[in-house]
Order: sequence, then structure tokens, then C-alpha cells
Amino acid sequence: MTNWTPEQPIISIHNVRKSFGVVEVLKGVSMDIMKGEVICIIGPSGSGKSTLIRCINALNDIQGGSITVEGQEVHDDDLDRLELRKKVGMVFQQYNLFPHKSALENVMMAPIKVLNEDRAEVETRARALLKKVRLEGKEDNYPGELSGGQQQRVAIARSLAMRPDVMLFDEVTAALDPETVKEVLVTIKDLAAEGMTCILVTHEMGFAREVADHIYFTDKGVIVEHGSPSEFFDHASDPRTQEFLSQIL
Amino acid sequence: MGSNSIPGVSSAPRSDLAVLKPFTPAGHAYDEMFLLRWLASVPPQVIVLLLLIWPAAAFAQSGVYGMPDAFAALWRWIPFLTLQGFVFNVVISIFAMLIGTLAGAALGLGQISNRIWLRRLAWGITQLFRNAPWLVILFIVLLAFPFEINVFGFIIPVPAWMKAVIGLSLPIMANISEIVRGAVMSVPSAQWEAAESLSFSRTQTLWQIILPQCFKRMIPPWMNWYAILTMATPLCSLLGVGEIITFSRQAMEAENNRPELLVPFFGYALALFFAYCYPIARFTIALEKRFAVKL
Ligand SMILES: Nc1ncnc2c1ncn2[C@@H]1O[C@H](COP(=O)(O)OP(=O)(O)OP(=O)(O)O)[C@@H](O)[C@H]1O
Ligand SMILES: [Mg+2]
Repeated sequence: MTNWTPEQPIISIHNVRKSFGVVEVLKGVSMDIMKGEVICIIGPSGSGKSTLIRCINALNDIQGGSITVEGQEVHDDDLDRLELRKKVGMVFQQYNLFPHKSALENVMMAPIKVLNEDRAEVETRARALLKKVRLEGKEDNYPGELSGGQQQRVAIARSLAMRPDVMLFDEVTAALDPETVKEVLVTIKDLAAEGMTCILVTHEMGFAREVADHIYFTDKGVIVEHGSPSEFFDHASDPRTQEFLSQIL
Repeated sequence: MGSNSIPGVSSAPRSDLAVLKPFTPAGHAYDEMFLLRWLASVPPQVIVLLLLIWPAAAFAQSGVYGMPDAFAALWRWIPFLTLQGFVFNVVISIFAMLIGTLAGAALGLGQISNRIWLRRLAWGITQLFRNAPWLVILFIVLLAFPFEINVFGFIIPVPAWMKAVIGLSLPIMANISEIVRGAVMSVPSAQWEAAESLSFSRTQTLWQIILPQCFKRMIPPWMNWYAILTMATPLCSLLGVGEIITFSRQAMEAENNRPELLVPFFGYALALFFAYCYPIARFTIALEKRFAVKL
């Protein structure tokens, strides 16, 4: 329906403005993301990172600018949001697993109910995904019986089960113990290595430096600076970035 | 704005001494489980004790027509009062609960619809029937409903007890509506977002993700309303429906309206309601505890 080709940005964000009431949270943000790229968004708390990625799958609406995913405008009233969200997976800080369903059922639910896929087929895929996120043997456990890190990996598998083209991660390790952070990061790194397009909001600087193709630094609703990890971490030019990095590193 | 409108009440305290200590009524909070919590808190020993007091009272001699005669009279009437009277109270309560639950579930879902007019309408109906006096609702239904309805040429009579069922189901409907709304709201909005980001539609999210999670949470307050409803069924005697209180009064009349009859007869009715609701209360509290550990 759109004439998007993989040579064009898979996600194109252009001059996006977003307000909650009178408070403008995003003040003209632009970025282009190519297929297979891993993008890290970092910045101080309240700078609008979550808001920005929630706009990409239309969990938030925008007041100005445009966001396209595979050439399709996200904030178009005629857009089929459900179709968009099949292409864009999202993982949240608080995992948000469905507590009344086992790990396996959490992963299987959306493909069966939303995509109307065959149950047996979905089950095979779901088991493979749980194995991939290193949760073999936990299929029948309920979220309440899993650690934070395990729940977060189920959440990743649940998103992947929809076979998205893009994955959004919003501080997915922020609620975890330091020891379990690693297991989730390894999972994301595997994904990135397989060529999944990933947009990550993270405070894990070492991880960002390692996996990101491109880093964006946001502050007070604008992108202050962006570049490759080495440009960003070693040669930051903006004083706001330098200050943030000096506090965090 | 309002600070000077009510004489003697101002928003700024006139002295820095606390005028009132916190108001803490004894016993259980008046919440969606108050009746069952109170009932269930009655220790079973008390019931045994009450059962023992009864025959004791029967033997306390007084006057010509004494308590033994009154209890003997009650004894003769017990099969009638129970099987014709109380059973009918139970029947009314079950039908009213059934209708009230179905209508209330629909109304509750209306209250969380994303169509604003439907939401407002459902909210208004809920508020109206939740707060109107039950007896007023009963009389309105009694007088407003025809005694028979014509469905495609068939004349269906609507006896008073059916009207009573409808009248009682209305406040139940409104309260169930609130239970449904409250339970849905008690599920964190993050669950909606997680489902949304997985492409679930609103309806799918509601039925497959939200309602299954809060269904268990609705059962205890739902049972509480069932107990309240059951205990309210004697209101129907004012509509002339033949239930336990109506029959008790008729029986006492047949026994020449002796004042000694009052305590045994109404005491018996009270005991029946208690005996019926007490196990419900104990069961619900146990259920509530089990659910609490689970989720
Ligand atoms: N639903 C909302 N309603 C009103 N204001 C909101 C809402 N969501 C976010 N905000 C405001 O928008 C601003 C940006 O929030 P956002 O969550 O995007 O920040 P963030 O960069 O993700 O911060 P953090 O690192 O703490 O997660 C904050 O000032 C926040 O208070
Ligand atoms: Mg955030």
C-alpha cells in the first residue's frame, strides 16, 4: 500500500511535538532509523524518552510533525493501529506480563487471538522463543513465580512471537537487580546480532556503547546530540551531554 | 469560594488544636464486604448458645398463655413458614440476583465503554438505583408494571412476586454495575497498554485480559450483595407477596395475635435468615483469603 523499500528508513521521525495538556514534552524531535539498526536513546529522567518511543506505536498521540513506520504515517486518523502494532513490538520497564497466564500462554496469546494463527504452530514457535531467551523449563510457570529478569525475557519472547519488524525497549532493565540485568541484555544483544531493528531507551551506558549503531541524547524534549557510540561517549561536544556523562560514568 | 458559605465551617482552622479525633466506628468498615465480614466474624459457638437459649425461653413460665404455648404454636407453624415462606424468600433472592447480575454486568460494561454517551447513561442509571431507597423502587415497580403483559397475543400475568423480583433486582443491578466497573479499574492500566501494544483490540483486551484477571475479585462483593438482597426480601411482604414475614403475620393472626407470639415467630424468621447467610459468609471469606494468596 505504501512504496516503502528497505533502503529507506524503516522509522522516520520528523519534527515531532507532543504535549500533555499545556506541558510540551517533545519539542520537535527528528530521527531516521534504518532497517537492522540498533538505536539507543539516553537522557535524564523526564526528558521525554518514554514518550517518544510510545509515540512510535501510537500508545501516545502527537500534536505535530510526523512518524512513519515502513513508509506509513502513524498519526493518521485512518491508520489501522492494530496493523501498525503487529509490526512494532514493545517491551516495558515493568514487564506487564498477563498474570493469569503461564509463560507459554503469555507468548502464545497474541498470535492466536490477534493473528488467528494455528495453535499447534504457535506453540512450537513459542517454545522455541522461550528457549531462545533461555527460559526452557519455565513454560508452565506463572509470572508470579518468575524472577524479574525471567519475566522480562518472557515479555521479550511475547513481543517476538508477533514477528515484529521493529522492537521498542523502554528501560527494560531499570527494574531489575544488577545480577539479572545481564541476562536480559544478553537476550537483546542476540536479537540485535540477528538483525532486528531495535530502539532502546537505556541507562546502561556500557551496553549502549557495545550494541548501538547510533546514540541519541535527549534533554527537555529535544535531541541535544547524536552520533556513533565512540563519537558520543568520547567526543561529546554539547555541555549538557558532557555533564550528563560525567554524572553517570 | 465555599469557605464562608456555611456558617461555622471554614476551610482554615480557627485554632491549631485538633477539634475532633479521627472517626473510627467499631467493627468492620462499611465497604463492599461489610455484611459478610460481620456475619462471618460471629463465632459458631454463639449459634449453639442461641439454640440453647431458645428451649430455655420456652420453659420460662409466665401467665396463662405463656411462652410454652407460643413456642408450641410456632412449632405447629414451622413447616408452613419454612417451606411456603422462607423457601419463597430464597426463590425471590435467586431470581432477583440472576436478573440483577446480568443487567448489572451489562450496565457495568456500559460504564467503561469508550462511547461517552453510553458511559454517562450507564453511570446515571447506576447512581440512581444505587442510592434510591429500595422500598420506593419496589413500590414504583409494583404500581408502574401492569398486572399482565401482552406478548404477541399471549396474555402473560405478572404476579406481585415477579414485580418484587424486578424491583429488588434494580438496586442489585446498580451495585453489580459498580462492582464490575471497580474491578475493571483495579487492573493496572499497564495491562491495557501491554495488550494494546500486542495489537489486541479493545474488546479483546477487555474480555481476554482484563476481565479474567478481575473476575475473582468480583465474587466476594457479589456474594455480599446476595446476602444483603436475601435479607431485604421481607420488604416484599409490604407488596403482599407471600413470603416468610407475610406468613408469620398471618399465622400469628390465626393464633389470636397474642403478644407472646411476636418474639418466637419473628425470632424464628431472623434465625432462618442468619442460618442461610452465615455459611455463605464463611465460605466467601474463605474464598477471599484463597484468592488473596493466589494473585
Ligand atoms: N500521561 C502523562 N500525563 C502527563 N504528563 C506526562 C505523562 N506521561 C509523561 N508525562 C510527562 O512527560 C515528561 C516526559 O516523561 P517521559 O516518561 O517521557 O520521560 P523519560 O525520559 O522516559 O523519563 P524516565 O527516565 O524517568 O523514564 C515528564 O515530565 C512527565 O511528567
Ligand atoms: Mg521513561
